[in-house]
Amino acid sequence: MSDYILKADSVAKNFGRRLIFRGINFEFSENGVYGISGPNGSGKSTLVKIIAGLSSPSEGKITHIHNNNEIISEKLHNYIGFVSPYLVLYEEFSAWENLEFFAHIRDVTFNKGKIETLLNDFLLYERRDDLVKTYSSGMKQRMKFIFALMHSPNLVILDEPTSNLDEEGKNTVYKIVEREGKENIVIVASNERSDLALCGETILLEKFKQ
Amino acid sequence: MKDLILRYAARLYYWKNLNNNIGKINSYMNSKAFALYLKDFRSELRTRYAVNSLAMFIIVAISVILFSIGNEKIPESLTGGLFWVVIFFSAMSGLARAFVSEEERGTSLTLQLIASPSTVFTGKLLFNLILVFLMNIVIAILYSALFEEFVIRSFALFLLTFVLSNIGLAVSSTIIAAIISKAGSKGTLYPVLSFPILLPLILTSVELTSNCMLGTTFDESKVLLAVILCYDVIMLTASYMLFDFIWKD
Repeated sequence: MSDYILKADSVAKNFGRRLIFRGINFEFSENGVYGISGPNGSGKSTLVKIIAGLSSPSEGKITHIHNNNEIISEKLHNYIGFVSPYLVLYEEFSAWENLEFFAHIRDVTFNKGKIETLLNDFLLYERRDDLVKTYSSGMKQRMKFIFALMHSPNLVILDEPTSNLDEEGKNTVYKIVEREGKENIVIVASNERSDLALCGETILLEKFKQ
Repeated sequence: MKDLILRYAARLYYWKNLNNNIGKINSYMNSKAFALYLKDFRSELRTRYAVNSLAMFIIVAISVILFSIGNEKIPESLTGGLFWVVIFFSAMSGLARAFVSEEERGTSLTLQLIASPSTVFTGKLLFNLILVFLMNIVIAILYSALFEEFVIRSFALFLLTFVLSNIGLAVSSTIIAAIISKAGSKGTLYPVLSFPILLPLILTSVELTSNCMLGTTFDESKVLLAVILCYDVIMLTASYMLFDFIWKD
């Protein structure tokens, strides 16, 4: 049993007249890795954005509960770690500066030890003082994982987590996802079989089109 | 002796309060909004996105006015009006960056993931406030140096007008920047949307500047000052109430 519960009640999303999905219900109360799958355009990214509070559902409600208290939307960002291809970090700053800014803006302690461990895990320690704009797309993707995990979130949301990554990068991500899944709730939105193989339970979005 | 003790006690009380106030300032400086402001400030130092365009616009606008006037003498009331025209258009050229640059670089989502909407708005407002004050101080100095007719006779009244107008300008520009950052044609929409919202502020500021140049007293201008104060309070309240809806999809 986790101290974090994520609930979806009859969640639906329309863009104008176009229905993306409707009638999504789930409750994740155990630590573990949960999957969201579906073909391109099925609304995987839309659903994870709704779960993270970045977008509003057209109908229904997402509820985040921590230690039996519902988390208000103003504070939700402190509980969530988010990785996605459309997430962009500040390219005019170095990786270290980015992480320092994020810690200060979140008003959490900048834990140097943890940051150094994460930078080592994702093979970015040697390049920590280089500007993010000099990074390759794979390095930027690995940097997003550090951004997502640096504040020890209770809910980790990974949208297409292995895009732009080589085999070594993918293996690192899988190890981290397995480790995080033991301590927290992890949601993986992907089409990749290898990504979904990590998930205990998977929501297939094609079923929520009618 | 009694006087000495009382004076010492008063001084002790003053220092104690001063230390408390410094403590409050420090805690504010450590706050999330201030951290966001610092991020924007350092980003501006590296990219010079707003400062360059503001500086160029101020120089070009004042040069055009100087060239168009030539050797002619212009009425004092017109000088005050032109002063606010330069301020309005300079603000339009640089203040939108607070949100537009985040949207253009795709970092809005990152900000949504690290801070609450009120923190984001406060941080951006702080950045725009400092930018507006710096920009308008430079404009006022250049204007005083280059236009003989721009003579302020009620300096205290001008200072108060300047401070209140700058606050109004910064608050309005920040919320308008947030609105247009979500729109398609950002460049053209900013001055178009700003004009009706800033019109009451600019008209009142022009009137008050004329009063300052004529040397009128505070009492004669208190209604106009109250109008600007009300504008600032209304815009600030409305901005904080609206920002949640603008910031999230």
